[in-house]
Amino acid sequence: MNVPTMAEMMAEGKKPEVLFWVGSAGSYDDRAKKISRAFVKILHQANVSFAVLGTEESSTGDEAKRAGNEFLFQMQAITNIEIMNAYEVETIVTCDPHSFNTFKNEYPELGGNYKVYHHTQFIKSLVDQGRLSIKDENLNGKRVTFHDPCYLGRANNEYESPRDLIRRLGVNLTEMKRHKSTALCCGAGGAQMFKEPEKGNKDINVLRTEDALETKPQIIATGCPYCNTMMTDGVKAKNMEESVEVMDIAELIANANDL
Amino acid sequence: MQYLPNFLFAILLIFGIGFFVKNIKKLYRNINLGKDIDRSDKKSERWRNMAYIALGQSKMVKRPISGFLHIIVYVGFIIINIEVLEIIIDGLFGTHRIFQGFLGDSMYGMLIGIFEVLAALVFIAVTIFWIRRNVIKVKRFWNKEMKGWPKNDGNYILYFEMVLMGLFLLMNSTDIHFQEAGIGNVISQYIAPLFDGFSNGSLHLIERTAWWIHIAGILVFLNYLYYSKHLHILLAFPNTYYANLEAKGKFTNDKNVTKEVQLMMDPNVDPYATPEEGAEETVPEKFGASDVTDLNWVQLLNAYTCTECGRCTSSCPASLTGKELSPRNIMMKTRDRLEEVGKNIDSNGGEFKDDGKQLLNDFITPEELWACTSCNACVEECPVSIDPLSIIMDMRRYLVMEESAAPQELNMMMTNIENNGAPWQYNQQDRLNWKDEE
Repeated sequence: MNVPTMAEMMAEGKKPEVLFWVGSAGSYDDRAKKISRAFVKILHQANVSFAVLGTEESSTGDEAKRAGNEFLFQMQAITNIEIMNAYEVETIVTCDPHSFNTFKNEYPELGGNYKVYHHTQFIKSLVDQGRLSIKDENLNGKRVTFHDPCYLGRANNEYESPRDLIRRLGVNLTEMKRHKSTALCCGAGGAQMFKEPEKGNKDINVLRTEDALETKPQIIATGCPYCNTMMTDGVKAKNMEESVEVMDIAELIANANDL
Repeated sequence: MQYLPNFLFAILLIFGIGFFVKNIKKLYRNINLGKDIDRSDKKSERWRNMAYIALGQSKMVKRPISGFLHIIVYVGFIIINIEVLEIIIDGLFGTHRIFQGFLGDSMYGMLIGIFEVLAALVFIAVTIFWIRRNVIKVKRFWNKEMKGWPKNDGNYILYFEMVLMGLFLLMNSTDIHFQEAGIGNVISQYIAPLFDGFSNGSLHLIERTAWWIHIAGILVFLNYLYYSKHLHILLAFPNTYYANLEAKGKFTNDKNVTKEVQLMMDPNVDPYATPEEGAEETVPEKFGASDVTDLNWVQLLNAYTCTECGRCTSSCPASLTGKELSPRNIMMKTRDRLEEVGKNIDSNGGEFKDDGKQLLNDFITPEELWACTSCNACVEECPVSIDPLSIIMDMRRYLVMEESAAPQELNMMMTNIENNGAPWQYNQQDRLNWKDEE
């Protein structure tokens, strides 16, 4: 798969339209890597000139910040900003709402000012500009429910871009009782992804999966690699993995377009 | 002797209001124990928020039943206070229904009519609130933190309102002239027949008693506020005004950390340089928050504003899955500790004497703090723009940066970020391998 790096582009004297920030999950987590590849296929289909930082990319520091380690966060942020500013990055797109949030809201004060897009926003803009069309035959009529990522939804008030894309797939979008601003967290945020939960009577991802299963979905659509993991585990915990798929919107679009 | 009631009334009023002012001063002092934070920007947006959220109750109606009932009580409370103005003037000058003369019978009748209808509606709404709390037992009023005082406090307020509304209607029902005039007695005319056969003397006695208990009750209620969750009727306004206007996902960047990180990363800095003579000492006392005085004044205002409705807790993923964390309890404990610090200052001649306690551990446990997913559901839900998440984050910062007391798995995650730029133990050189793995 052709994924140019900023360094390669620079060596050729070229500057991409957008930096694809892959993020740690998208780079290392087996499930999330598929999302990264699906998104790259979409970028290629729409002829977007993009590049990644590759081995120059490092953690945004977001998970350290949510865990309370402001030192580590700011060290990571300032290092990343130095690299991105050296490449004169203007626009960033990422499949990870946590990276999206910290770039958009927390990096500017530290010297990193970029136009930041979540991949669903970016794909929507490609569709709106006529650079990409989404086929609605392949998934036609399937029952889909969308789980709002907290850091896209409540944190940044973006509820419509992902839904707009899902509707274009020609599927039957059914909302959970808790959705948009009242959506329940998948349980991964605030650095919970990296630790065992405190003692309680249920796992949050199971509760959220129950919300989703109430809509009798064939597909649970996500827009965050961590949500994807949590919902996939939740579906397994409910022994529903035979009949319910957990898919990122980028994957749904890549599948719909036979990419 | 003729002026004895006026005199008694004036004394009652002076004591009632004086004591209230004293407590408001204490409230102001306690809130200002918090660290400074600048919320003087975007004034028009702030006024708009206050108008929509506090005055307009826009977030209350997201839960339609309690929202609708609350609006009745709220509108009733505000409008019936016009009547309190008349009561105060009557009390001070020995007049009776002074507005009747000013406004004329029809206007006055209409006003009192509206008050009576509202009083009846408030009585009904408050009764339904009581039923929701005590009979239907709506879950958010029965969480673990709602035992003892918080539970009783909620009910006392409802009883207060029932009694005050009841006294207002009773006062009107037994006011002979008012009933004879037949203006504005929309509700009280149906209560008046209960007193058929009472002598004029006893009716007058009942009317006067109801009148006195009503106004005394209002003054007692006013002074009850400071000790109660009911402070929200005043503080909801400043609280929505001073609320955070940034995107909810934007957490503050600690400026002191920025300074240190920049020093660490700047190759031109001489690490052994002594600070210039007279240079401002910039080393902060501590990173993050371990006690109420490390929080900012908006967070402390939040704590006093919380009316313990529990909408936050009922939407918190941690609370919903039986974890120890409850965002409402974070606010309640912050207020409890702040009150304790305030009392400490009062009893030590204006200065805080170390009591060996702090907000962390003695009130809020690390277990609660680590259960938070930072999902912002609590912030989104709060009808008066309280931000429990900011307190949780400040306390996590203290735990991690001052005490290195993060859970072990999180320490590993952070070590991995330091060493290989990812929360897991992967080699940074493998970061782009995903592109060829299909």
